[in-house]
Amino acid sequence: MRKVAIVGIGQTPVREHWQSNLRDLAVSALRDAMDDAGVETLDGVTVGNMLSGALSEQEHLGSLIVDYAGLDGVEGMKIEAACGSGGAAIRMAVKAVASGLMDTVGVVAVEKLTEYSGNHSTAALATAADADYETNMGLSFVGINALLMRRYMYEYKYDKRDFAVFPVNAHMNALHNPNAMFHFPIDTDTYASSKPVADPVSLLDASPIADGAAAVIVVAEEMVDRFKGKPISILACEVGTDTLALDNRKNPLWLRGVERSVKKAYYIAGVKPSDISLFEAHDAFSIMSALSLEASGFAEAGQGLRFAAETGVGIKGGLPMSTMGGLKGRGHPVGATGVYQVVEAIMQLRREVPAEIQVPDIKYAMTQNIGGSGATVITSILKCLNS
Amino acid sequence: MDIPRYWRLKDQRYKLQGTKCNGCGHLSFPPRLVCPECKSRDYSDYRFKGRGTLYTYTIIYQAPDRFDDQAPYLVGLIDLEEGVRVTAQLTDMTLEEARIGMPLEMVIRQIYEDGARGPILYGFKFRPPFNRENR
Ligand SMILES: [Zn+2]
Repeated sequence: MRKVAIVGIGQTPVREHWQSNLRDLAVSALRDAMDDAGVETLDGVTVGNMLSGALSEQEHLGSLIVDYAGLDGVEGMKIEAACGSGGAAIRMAVKAVASGLMDTVGVVAVEKLTEYSGNHSTAALATAADADYETNMGLSFVGINALLMRRYMYEYKYDKRDFAVFPVNAHMNALHNPNAMFHFPIDTDTYASSKPVADPVSLLDASPIADGAAAVIVVAEEMVDRFKGKPISILACEVGTDTLALDNRKNPLWLRGVERSVKKAYYIAGVKPSDISLFEAHDAFSIMSALSLEASGFAEAGQGLRFAAETGVGIKGGLPMSTMGGLKGRGHPVGATGVYQVVEAIMQLRREVPAEIQVPDIKYAMTQNIGGSGATVITSILKCLNS
Repeated sequence: MDIPRYWRLKDQRYKLQGTKCNGCGHLSFPPRLVCPECKSRDYSDYRFKGRGTLYTYTIIYQAPDRFDDQAPYLVGLIDLEEGVRVTAQLTDMTLEEARIGMPLEMVIRQIYEDGARGPILYGFKFRPPFNRENR
């Protein structure tokens, strides 16, 4: 297997992009990443996306985006793993390059969620769950996270206010990220009094749905000198899976998909949790941050919230999280999120982020993209190539 | 509206029918062609009794389109006596009555109506046992 690196990054701001369509968002991010890398063409393109069919009446994204990106004739295909689509698209590119099949692969992940009313998008997002046995019972995707949050509060005796640590930190960091959706701080009181969406999950637990696209250029590490962008090694990009339906898991509060993905990633990268300098978790909901910290080996079962409060997840804390706003503050263009996470981790490693949110000492950055309620998990560990 | 799906799922929706592995005895709901424990493909239909306790629940305020007119409503995960967990709406109780650990039993109810002229879809929900002494 060849070692793999990323030499180019691109992203659009995360917004309600009423004026832009799916292809233009994707092409902007992909061409920005190609410009950053200094490449004119690619061996292949993987497109991460979840809901183009349901919300834009458009599938067949691979060839569409390749054509509009000026890459006529290049291989392109869409990769789908619900909210984990972006991470999965990177995984596919890494496999292609590590195996030697391709040398230069573009990954672009894109989502447009604001084409329809909120209820219609809610139904579309619920397709990440088991259609016959979860969604058809009237369960929304937010509802699935609410089931987890309620049980977690019951088993480990937490109060709703204890979860505020994650969204408060996310909004604080998003304030300094120009590409983030939200630019307003929140405190524990605003969090605790926000309106319920699926009780006990309220508006400020849930990441906002939005539009956006992000891209990276994945290449063989032995070839990085041919490119312009500062190279970052992908030490690991590993997938773990679990049952789609929450009710089919023996202990729903322990994310086995996370555990499986992270154990492989740590092993392949040759690191342990205490080596990680920043963690971009899949904070689609506050409860997901807590459960991810636990299954990723940073905290014992039931101790995720305590860990966050005591160790600190702010920029200068023991384990900085959501450093550019995370899903909660930057926004969650579902299928694109996994690539935003990696782009942001790379900006941190390259020291290209605003001073207020630059993590001071950073060696290993970890990103974790989760599809559904933990059925597909992609964990990546990144590091500067020459450090 | 997906009529073949509802026809296909009638044994699950109305009878809570899953599978029992003939290799190791493992029970599954929904039915599975491959046993998750011993990987055997030899199974029999198995009908769950429909009694259990509430593992966790949520109150849905912002519902998917077809459930919009029912919001707010309760959805829970129910631990069946046979050791299998299922997802269902909770009914015959107020939003405030739901408690983790409360006993529940299955009933057949309307799940949703597909528009004013569309078919009405039925399936299982769970309620506090009708025999109030058990509550
Ligand atoms: Zn078996």
